[in-house]
Amino acid sequence: MASKKRPDPRALPGDPVLRRALFHSMLLQRRFEEKVGEAYALGKIGGFCHLYIGQEAVSTGVLSMLRPDDYVITTYRDHGQALARGMTPRGIMAELFGRIDGCSRGKGGSMHLFDRNLNFLGGHGIVGGHVPVAAGVGFAIKYRGGDQVIVCFMGESVVNTGAFHEALNMAALWKLPCLFVIENNKYGMGTAVERAAAIKDLDRRADAYQGMHGEHVDGQDVFAVREATERALEICRKESRPALLEIRTYRFMGHSMSDAVSGTYRTKAELDEQLKRDPVWMMKARMLEAGDLSEADVQEMEREIKTICQDAWDFADASPEPPAEALYEDVLVDTVS
Amino acid sequence: MAIITYREALNQALREEMGRDDRVFLMGEEVGVYNGAYKVSKGLLDEFGEMRVVDTPITELGFAGVGVGAAMVGLRPVIEFMTWNFALLAIDQVVNAAAKMLYMSGGQYPMPMVFRGPNGAALQLSAQHSQAFESWLAHIPGLKVVTPGTPYDAKGLLKAAIRDDNPVIVLEGEMLYNTKGEVPETEYLVPIGKADLKREGGDCSIITNGKMVLVAMNAADQLAKDGIRVDVVDLRTVRPMDVEAIVTSVRKTNRAVVLEEGWEIAGIGAQVVDYIQRECFDHLDAPVLRVHQEDVPMPYAKGLEKRAKPDLQKTIAAVRKVMYLD
Ligand SMILES: Cc1ncc(C[n+]2csc(CCOP(=O)(O)OP(=O)(O)O)c2C)c(N)n1
Ligand SMILES: [Mg+2]
Repeated sequence: MASKKRPDPRALPGDPVLRRALFHSMLLQRRFEEKVGEAYALGKIGGFCHLYIGQEAVSTGVLSMLRPDDYVITTYRDHGQALARGMTPRGIMAELFGRIDGCSRGKGGSMHLFDRNLNFLGGHGIVGGHVPVAAGVGFAIKYRGGDQVIVCFMGESVVNTGAFHEALNMAALWKLPCLFVIENNKYGMGTAVERAAAIKDLDRRADAYQGMHGEHVDGQDVFAVREATERALEICRKESRPALLEIRTYRFMGHSMSDAVSGTYRTKAELDEQLKRDPVWMMKARMLEAGDLSEADVQEMEREIKTICQDAWDFADASPEPPAEALYEDVLVDTVS
Repeated sequence: MAIITYREALNQALREEMGRDDRVFLMGEEVGVYNGAYKVSKGLLDEFGEMRVVDTPITELGFAGVGVGAAMVGLRPVIEFMTWNFALLAIDQVVNAAAKMLYMSGGQYPMPMVFRGPNGAALQLSAQHSQAFESWLAHIPGLKVVTPGTPYDAKGLLKAAIRDDNPVIVLEGEMLYNTKGEVPETEYLVPIGKADLKREGGDCSIITNGKMVLVAMNAADQLAKDGIRVDVVDLRTVRPMDVEAIVTSVRKTNRAVVLEEGWEIAGIGAQVVDYIQRECFDHLDAPVLRVHQEDVPMPYAKGLEKRAKPDLQKTIAAVRKVMYLD
């Protein structure tokens, strides 16, 4: 990547425009999710809703390295990745509100955001279930002789499922261009990772599959995430082989809206310690220090993002509920080729 | 018309559809080098190569998911389960992924794929290898479920399934692979969702599907000797069900026996009887009877297995009973 670095020893990777875009992406996710929290409290959003707050450097870091024709698939904790992939705040918010203009026409909700135009293959609600699906996309890429990559995000609990092993085994066996990204936020609901996985460094799962690249990286540092992603993507794209990244992050909110932020399975002290490494504010501090941004720039950006989020809310609120006929639509397609 | 086996009919369907559309591929355990556990895919690896006839590890959940992913981005996978008993390990992909992807994506992701393999009991394979899964799968909106009982239907339905843009379940009969029947040399499809009146008679309707079609036809032959003429309505597809065909037959005969391979509770027959009571209430001259597997896991011992299965005698007895002959 061409970088026009200023002669500053503390200079950050990339150019200022890129860095601003990365920060913008992370800040948008943060403020959007805060808005989602508000809407949920008001009963505008129902069902299960899993916030991504604290993990923004993962989505932004990984997805900023992808091409538009690459594919993305993820779990139910999908708002951040959807935004980072470029889905509109309007379409996402309308989906959360269960409205016809939602990205899944109000049929999916928070856990099932889809956007065919952006090759965003959805949020999926069965822990581990989407990992073989990612292998299938990798298979299709190879079948057609393309050089795209599929990135598959998953929580750290997924490494304990059979689906994970089955998918990685086939991806390695058949040399499929799949980048498996474990977002290790330390907990699967209330179960700490060390209470569930009989392995410490989750990226070492890669060792079970001859020659699979595995690496762990600090998920609160967007540049570290980007560099690790670049290395992994190189292998996936150039060599058509799978790779595994364990990106170590932390969820600042409860598992879903009904879960307390701390007090049962984790202490407030632990959370406070983790909050010191907030990926959004760490990025901001670094950019201020590097002279990329001034406080005034940040405030301007905050204002702009606030407007975007409010606009998303207003749009969602104004969007109609799906009509009664929609109930029976999309069960099957009519066309037979 | 040529007389070929059910196995050959399926093989022809696969070969023709793979030749017609290079997005179609076959994946499963032993489908390639071994030529298929039941030899349905014989010769296909040689003809189409290993990218299109893919041997998998023993990993039902995994390769069913691979099919789902490939279908999402435009391929047309045919996923073979060595038998449907093993597909239980993959039920998450069938039910939670394939059947729901279109709906939960608001119509963005059709799933043009087939899950197929032998279903139901063979001989003395005992509990874990002898189960009929029609009702499990027919329960799920977002799927189509076909159950060919003859070589003609096997070929025509599999071809239609592969061309369908929805996930289609093809339940083949393990005991049917060697059965023979007439199959046209020219291309044809059997429409999904259409039943077939396999035998005509005015006295009673036997409504059935899949492997039980043969039992019903035998029963019809036997009953004819006593002057009893039955309709044999072969549903062919159990989702969506051809309610009209059921209703037309029962309104004519005023009596019905529903014959299925699987268990009674929440079985296919329960659904058929529901349609009949709603649509033919005033036409019935007797309560509808059902013939099905006894409500036990399949035993191994020959005698017990025979008792457990629905068969010719039970079917004849049921018809005679609804006709108040016994
Ligand atoms: C197969 C399955 N089992 C259980 C659940 C319920 N469940 C939803 S999320 C979750 C925890 C998953 O944790 P992790 O994979 O670490 O992802 P995170 O929520 O931390 O992002 C559980 C148990 C589920 N959705 N699917
Ligand atoms: Mg987790």
